[in-house]
Amino acid sequence: MSIKDYESVIGLEVHVELKTEHKLFCECLTAFGAPPNTQVCPVCLAMPGTLPALNRQVVEFAVKAGLAAHCAIEPWSRFDRKNYFYPDLPKAYQITQNFFPICTGGYIDVPSEDGSKRIRINRIHIEEDAGKLVHLGAEGSLVDCNRCGVPLIEIVSEPDIRTGEEAVAYLRKLRAIARYTGISDGKMNEGSLRCDVNLSLRKKGEETLGTRVELKNINSFSFVAKAIESEFKRQAAILDEGGTIIQETRRFDESTGQTYSMREKAEAADYRYFPDTDLVPVEISQAEIDRIRASIPRLADERKAGYMEQYGLTDYEAERLTADKELSDFFERAVAESSEPKTLVNLILADVAPLYTEDISEDLLNPKSLGQLADLLAAGGINSNTGRRVLKALLEEDLDPAAYIEKHDLGQINDPEKLEGAVRTALAENERAVRDYLGGKESAMRSLIGRVMKETGGRANPVLAEDMIRKALENQ
Amino acid sequence: MDYQKMQLTEIADGLKRKEFSSRELTQAVLSKIRDKEPQVGAYVTLTEELALEQADRVDGLFSEGRTLPPLAGIPGALKDNIATRGIRTTNASRMMENFVPPYDAFVWRLLRQQEMVLMGKLNMDEFAMGHSTETSAFHLTRNPYDLTRVPGGSSGGSAAAVAAGEALFTLGTDTGGSIRQPASLCGVVGMRPTYGLVSRRGVTSFSSSLDQVGPLTRSVRDNALVLDAISVRDRKDVHSVGGQESYLAAAGQDFGRPVIGWPESYFQSGDLNPQVREYLEKALHFYESIGARIVPVDLKTLDASLSVYYIISSAEGFSAMNRYDGVHYGYRDPEAENLEEVYTGSRSKGLGREVKQRILLGSFALSEEHYRDYYLKAARVRTLIIEEYKEVFGTIDALLTPVTATPAWPLGTLPQEAGGGKYSNDRFTLPPSLTGLPALALPLGLSSDGLPVGMQLSGDRFSEGLLYRLAAAYEDAHGLLPAPQEVNA
Repeated sequence: MSIKDYESVIGLEVHVELKTEHKLFCECLTAFGAPPNTQVCPVCLAMPGTLPALNRQVVEFAVKAGLAAHCAIEPWSRFDRKNYFYPDLPKAYQITQNFFPICTGGYIDVPSEDGSKRIRINRIHIEEDAGKLVHLGAEGSLVDCNRCGVPLIEIVSEPDIRTGEEAVAYLRKLRAIARYTGISDGKMNEGSLRCDVNLSLRKKGEETLGTRVELKNINSFSFVAKAIESEFKRQAAILDEGGTIIQETRRFDESTGQTYSMREKAEAADYRYFPDTDLVPVEISQAEIDRIRASIPRLADERKAGYMEQYGLTDYEAERLTADKELSDFFERAVAESSEPKTLVNLILADVAPLYTEDISEDLLNPKSLGQLADLLAAGGINSNTGRRVLKALLEEDLDPAAYIEKHDLGQINDPEKLEGAVRTALAENERAVRDYLGGKESAMRSLIGRVMKETGGRANPVLAEDMIRKALENQ
Repeated sequence: MDYQKMQLTEIADGLKRKEFSSRELTQAVLSKIRDKEPQVGAYVTLTEELALEQADRVDGLFSEGRTLPPLAGIPGALKDNIATRGIRTTNASRMMENFVPPYDAFVWRLLRQQEMVLMGKLNMDEFAMGHSTETSAFHLTRNPYDLTRVPGGSSGGSAAAVAAGEALFTLGTDTGGSIRQPASLCGVVGMRPTYGLVSRRGVTSFSSSLDQVGPLTRSVRDNALVLDAISVRDRKDVHSVGGQESYLAAAGQDFGRPVIGWPESYFQSGDLNPQVREYLEKALHFYESIGARIVPVDLKTLDASLSVYYIISSAEGFSAMNRYDGVHYGYRDPEAENLEEVYTGSRSKGLGREVKQRILLGSFALSEEHYRDYYLKAARVRTLIIEEYKEVFGTIDALLTPVTATPAWPLGTLPQEAGGGKYSNDRFTLPPSLTGLPALALPLGLSSDGLPVGMQLSGDRFSEGLLYRLAAAYEDAHGLLPAPQEVNA
């Protein structure tokens, strides 16, 4: 057997921290990065007698996620207690929805080699986050309870994913949903999007599932792909040698790119789930669901189709523009200021999109200025080299592209008289290229044009330059 | 001033008319406490200084001619599982011996708004788990009518304090009978209101679906007056609905022609102490004589209540107790050297035997292996019990039963040793708990040994007014129970 004979069967459990102002069951703030234990109260510290009071906005956010992921919204769902001891969990139970989640069924379509693949969603439920431990080594550990009780939704997929790439594509789609609906920042590095991977192997063509391993502690998209690949290889090697896979939880170590065993199934906790009667079941009417549905802004797929139709973009271009809500919003603001959407999209995809990492939440440059720049480019007022230079300047500070070009004398030289000197120099100092060209070597023209560009600081209109060179050589 | 013979409304009038001051009243109660407390042991914490300050404040307000709420200036006390900001709230547990909450329970906030005088915090079974207040980590509480006997529990301090005159009213909590049973054993009136009538916020959870707060008082009208003060809707307790009427007014309404049911077959069983049976039968005759219709009822789920109660309350209690782990607050084993030892050491040393037993029982009932056969089954049977009582209260207005099968039993013994069946002391208090329905314990008289005997009146959801009306009719005809010192003298 070789590694090619196996396939991974992968399901993801994704936790999305919701961006509500207040916590799930108390009025503490949820802002990220506050000094330790400054966003706490008797309720989230689990002091005796305190009671949870449901923040209804969380229900609304969970329903938004459910609708965006094509789930059924359950008119009746319930909170349960998941009992376990850990210092970051003051109540010693997490309030979650084990038996009756708020959203069931659903799917997300992700781009794949064959165009598109459907990943089914099993459920989405609401639960509260735990705090954070800060380990001081020999001095012990400290507990920061700021995050205790921050609302989360957990999105559980069916085991429909086969590769790390699909897993990442699925995660990107979830993040896009989180951002488009405004329910979360979806930042893996800050922990507002977290992902556990359930992975098993089987021989291609088989239907039965292998022994499942859970991977934890993965905190970037690229690590998700790496962890899956590394675990796939590990399991394939074991199976190849006739070994068996142990059902266990493994931790991904970013520094080595390997997974390491955390605990085996036999050590797995019994969480003793049962209903939390401090809360009443969550009931949602169809009218409320309809109201929430109406409040959801246009999502990625809808925008993508619109861009393709309205601006004549390719599937690839539209997909890239809509993969990130902030980028898509930026494009929409810029395109409103431009009459050259194609040029604008080229500019954005080449030089702006790569800057949109997951931390960007504001425009990186003034969209209006970029729109104007696209128009200048398309009209031939500047060439693409200059375009990049101006864009760089726009990223530094907000300025008027036309004025900047004027001030720095960056406009394209379209006047033959102004190019004459440069053409003469190019011909005089490139005798060999001239000989080659005259000898029938058409490619020599490129180096001659290049020389004209160099002489003009990249401002020469290359078409005009070529024209003038040809004419000059014809006369020789 | 013999405040033990007075109704709270009379005391409120006296204060208003300045016949006596709140300071005089408070000092009278303090001197009673000094006299009785060494034997009775009702309190965990006394707040004498605060009490006198508050009494002076109220006297000041009265002398400014202010109109104050009915409980203003009246000395009362709270069970020590009700959070009082700045005053330690121990739950009678080593685990919480030094815990001073930074917040007030909603009911305490309401009583502060009433300008009551807080005398202190009352002894109880540890974390309200027990029947006799003997599981308190601190000390015993003794029955004021017989110091060799239990006061009942878990609100034993709340009942004993009222009976001994160490407070004019108290609050207790009731999960499976923890207000009604000690009230009955100590000869005071105790009300477990409909689930949700009184906010649970700030009251230590034992079993969230069963816990209720309620008043313990000398008289029925006192009880209604206190319930009026604490039955206010709390928006942060999702179950809270607030009071449905003025209970003091309801207690004074015409008796009318209510239908009162009684569990005939149980009355004839050998489980019931003969003196208790005699009082209950007299009560039935009394009600019949003043216009009630008395009908026997058959309670099919009665015997199921006990196991259902223990499974559900222990399961919820297990989960509620796990937060006492030595990490965030409360007792931490000073010898612990790692996390595991913080947990095991703090819990082993900080919690008592009864609490540990319930944790183990709940842990078992909720385990993956046993969930279906225990917790889930109990939850389903609970639904059947709820349905049965819905049906029962479709045909009768109130149910008259014993509270306990026997009067108070000697300290250090089990109730069954006093003659009742093994579980019969719990049998009748559990159904109202499991169904969330209101039930009131009313003293009927004294046994030949001078021990209080009581009965339970229970009814449908929000029937507190009716229960007070029935109880007041009995009390008006028979008078208050004599205070312990009058019996023992």
